[in-house]
Amino acid sequence: MKLRVTDREGHDHEIDAIEGWRVMEIIRDHAMQTPALAIKAECGAALACGTCHVYVDADWVDRLVPPTAEETERMEEDVFALEDNSRLSCQILMTEELDGLHVTLAPGSEP
Amino acid sequence: MTETQAQGETAHRTDVAIIGAGPVGLFAVFELGLLGIKAHLIDILDRPGGQCAELYPEKPIYDIPALPVVSGQELTDRLMEQIKPFSPVFHLSQMATDIAKTETGWRVTTDMDVAIDAKAVVIAAGGGSFTPKKPPLKELPEFEGKSVFYAVRRREAFAGKNLVIAGGGDSALDWTLDLLPVVNSLTLLHRRDDFRAAPHSVAQMRKLVEEGKMKLEIANLKGLEGENGQVSALTVARADKSEDRIPCDTLLAFYGLTMKLGPVGALCEKLGIALENNLIPVDTEKFETSVDGLFAIGDINFYPGKLKLILSGFHEAALMAQKAFHYVYPGQKLRFEYTTSSSNLQEKLGVK
Repeated sequence: MKLRVTDREGHDHEIDAIEGWRVMEIIRDHAMQTPALAIKAECGAALACGTCHVYVDADWVDRLVPPTAEETERMEEDVFALEDNSRLSCQILMTEELDGLHVTLAPGSEP
Repeated sequence: MTETQAQGETAHRTDVAIIGAGPVGLFAVFELGLLGIKAHLIDILDRPGGQCAELYPEKPIYDIPALPVVSGQELTDRLMEQIKPFSPVFHLSQMATDIAKTETGWRVTTDMDVAIDAKAVVIAAGGGSFTPKKPPLKELPEFEGKSVFYAVRRREAFAGKNLVIAGGGDSALDWTLDLLPVVNSLTLLHRRDDFRAAPHSVAQMRKLVEEGKMKLEIANLKGLEGENGQVSALTVARADKSEDRIPCDTLLAFYGLTMKLGPVGALCEKLGIALENNLIPVDTEKFETSVDGLFAIGDINFYPGKLKLILSGFHEAALMAQKAFHYVYPGQKLRFEYTTSSSNLQEKLGVK
């Protein structure tokens, strides 16, 4: 299972994904080897910060479970450069159906 | 030397200086206190609790031993109650900016020129200092401190300004109401027409908008215009994607707080400690750094197998205290005792 992540410099990384893990956790796990993938995620998926903000590739937006009201509210409060395809990557769970999911690290997600 | 001496006269004296008043720093007061060691704490926030108080006061925590569920605020309150017998001294709303060896131990200095002399220093700074979250705009640095601010130090500095206040929380609303009488014009800019600030301040603000005394703009900040650090307008995008300009000469941005390692990292490096991924390496026996008398506990430290858990920080605090004892009471033997049976410890805890 793969996840495609575009870093904040515009470079693409194809990384191994793990079913059931949060996209944020998968990116964070790979950031140890690939510093360009470093993601702040300071609240640790408590939906308290907005520092794991990503843009979801247009092809994938509708294939994700839509954001909860709490995620939407957190993004509206805490995320700069909010777009229609914005998501908090800690709220996207990796599943077989999302094999190949493409996200881009948003400004404000850098550590 | 006169300067050092002059400072020395006003310096606080204690046994251990703790940088960071989050749960782990607070519990360190307890473990040190049991060993008869006094402590002062420094924290950038205006209240104890660290991340628990600032990031998730209402979020439930489920992995504190014997507390099946506890909120960040409740955990902080309980720790404060637990350490009360040891009368810790708090230096809040300030940041440690220097950690230096002295002839008798250590001196920690803050950005409010508070100096604390101690026999040992414990860094319990978690993810670092909470600092204002900044909009990721390339042009921002040239305006910061000149016409873009993240805090109000002196109200008078805003007199006669054409001010935009950005944000939707209590800070944004409180300063809107407070500064309106002194400014020339004021616009509150928020991303959505829904405010998390106290309802009565929001109601007051809406009334002022209705009366035409201030403006409210619902839009996203996209950029700054101006030159030589002087902002002349903000560019914003509305929900329908249309762009607009808001002329102004001053911006006060209240976008909440985020954690940055801050000066602690550089101070450690100055003392010869090589950071690992912005974390402070320690041993797992005493949680001491490579520098004698300088400890690091909680989320800010690193050792093989480290887990960033509050309970790990508690354990680290207990072991740190065992070693700190020998810096505070050199040559004395440390007796290991239990709170259940030791009248000595119970006396310290004020148990009758």
